[in-house]
Amino acid sequence: MSQPLLLGAVAYDPKVVTIWDGFQRWFAQRGLPFDYVLYTNYERQVAQHAARAIDVAWNSPLAWLQAEAIAAPRGLQARALAMRDTDQDLTTVTLVRAAAPYRSLADLRGATIGVGASDSPQATLLPLLHLAEAGVAPERDCQVRRFDVLVGKHGDHIGGEREAARALLNGTVDAACVLDANSLLFARDGTLPAGSVRVLATTPTFDHCNFTWLGTGTPPARVQRFTELLLSMSYDDPEVRPLLDLEGLRAWRPGRTSGYAALARACARFGALQPFLQQMAAS
Amino acid sequence: MSEAARRLDLAELGFDAGAHVLVRHALAALPEGAVLHLHGHHPDLEVHARAFARQLGHAGRTPESAERFAAATVPSGAPLRHLLQRGPATDARRATAERALGAAPDRVHEAPPAHWGLAARGALVEAGAPRFDFALRDKSVVWGDDLAAMYAAGAAAQWDPATAIAWHGKAPAPELEVALVAVLTYLIENETAALLVPARFCAQVHPHFREVLQLLALQAADEARHIEVFMRRAHLHRTDLGLSTAGGQASLHTLVVEPDFAAASFLLSVLGEGSFVHLLGFLHQHAPDDCTRQIMKLAAVDEARHVAFGMAHLRWQAAREPSLLGRLATAIERRHSALQHTAGLNDEVFDALVVLAAGGLAPAAIARGFAAVQQLQAQMDAGRRVRLQQLGFAAEQATALSALHTRNFM
Repeated sequence: MSQPLLLGAVAYDPKVVTIWDGFQRWFAQRGLPFDYVLYTNYERQVAQHAARAIDVAWNSPLAWLQAEAIAAPRGLQARALAMRDTDQDLTTVTLVRAAAPYRSLADLRGATIGVGASDSPQATLLPLLHLAEAGVAPERDCQVRRFDVLVGKHGDHIGGEREAARALLNGTVDAACVLDANSLLFARDGTLPAGSVRVLATTPTFDHCNFTWLGTGTPPARVQRFTELLLSMSYDDPEVRPLLDLEGLRAWRPGRTSGYAALARACARFGALQPFLQQMAAS
Repeated sequence: MSEAARRLDLAELGFDAGAHVLVRHALAALPEGAVLHLHGHHPDLEVHARAFARQLGHAGRTPESAERFAAATVPSGAPLRHLLQRGPATDARRATAERALGAAPDRVHEAPPAHWGLAARGALVEAGAPRFDFALRDKSVVWGDDLAAMYAAGAAAQWDPATAIAWHGKAPAPELEVALVAVLTYLIENETAALLVPARFCAQVHPHFREVLQLLALQAADEARHIEVFMRRAHLHRTDLGLSTAGGQASLHTLVVEPDFAAASFLLSVLGEGSFVHLLGFLHQHAPDDCTRQIMKLAAVDEARHVAFGMAHLRWQAAREPSLLGRLATAIERRHSALQHTAGLNDEVFDALVVLAAGGLAPAAIARGFAAVQQLQAQMDAGRRVRLQQLGFAAEQATALSALHTRNFM
């Protein structure tokens, strides 16, 4: 039997087993041998990708930057094969209580900002960059309260954002940073009652996860087939629709890396890549 | 497509308070690619609309200044805030969905597919739902005439033990109370079997046959109530219950483990509960107090409904499956063989029935009571024979089969 295309993914939720098992069946029916390995955190996944233990990685945006950073010294090139339509052009909102006096990010000087997990691009790194670029340096001009739920999963688990939202309501923090879609979700599920909060600021748009290939492992033709099959998945297909629903997308889009510039700036500003790169250098 | 249909005035409503409902409605009325102009006053409308659109596969953008300026006026006076372009995925669930026939009882599928699952009859069922492998999925083996009316009558006849029965009253003479408690102990375990059997099959019936499910559930609920009132009456004046015999439980065991729906309905409803209607009538007639009399009357009415459902279902099946009567006859014979070495109705219950019908322990009264119990058994037998013939058994065969029915009555 030929070696399957081996995907790495992070187990941020039990549903990922259902998702990748379903994709495995779907790919097999179309003649693509496919298997997957689950990691507990993105750092291990990226390290294993560089070590050629997997062919393709389903990477968070921070993991993409980590992969890109360690690829070059190894003579490799990271490529984004595909991404979810719902991962393009995201924004993060900085919420404040409806009656709060703040009118702009600059007003948050001296305030306490609730963010998600420390390694969450959308709920921590990007909104803190937005704040910093508005002239309010995190930790110096304002306090940052991190709701570190499941560090290593790069904010895929929304628990940190939810805790930040709750902290905003109960007055523990003065502002909370959550993904725009999560602010809708929190309104819908009652975490944020209607009219209780308002959007103070919105980050520029950014992109989220992608399938990353370092040009190693399985033959390029198989990677190409994998990408073609992903892009051919249709929400009209009742077999694949539940999987797309679980993974939270309507269609796969060709990968692009233009939406990671802000995160790269945030990483540079906050040194977010350093611990991982130092760890890799030491290993 | 009118211009008005392309505009949605959300006024003060935001996505934090349900704006998505109106947006969905408006988008559903538009063809793919059409643009919906969102007007509203809510300060966070743009950012929320953008997130909403992205999640559902719609495109969206903030209007240009010129577009804002040229926008039509809406009733609330709200400005144009966002342009939503309807994506392709809105109708995907419906496009491949199929209608699970109709809601009315005459729109029932002969063999509903497993993937219709729990969907209401008449619902539009999205493709890709999991298979529910209900064992009883053929109309021919579960259905019957007038089930909807039967369920409606059963639902309307539900009664509240707390108010329907006068629980306060003088205790009967000790010998009558002891006899009654012995009978109630027997009734409780029989009603427990009569609860378990429909409950077990209820979980096996394809929910497309909604009325069957409802009738079985109602039957189980009736028995739950009977267990409650029998238990409460038994404890009204005494602490201890009577004897539960091995023979009695052996008889009920054969009923509870019967795997075939038709055979179980036959043994339980047509033969067992049919006999119980007579027994409860007997106890109503010879009850030592008003409380017991009320209980037996109400329980008998419920049991009669269960018999009617069993008969309706088996008549339906017999008309479609010529071999059914043979299978049912075999079921009685098999059960008879299994029970032939057991004691049947326990002496304590038989004697208790005699004492209750006698109304005391005087010899002459006991003779009357004994005769009444003999008459009860004859009535039970006659009732069984009538129902067997109604199902299509010849008179002679009905007589033979009735004689094989368990001596434990149920």
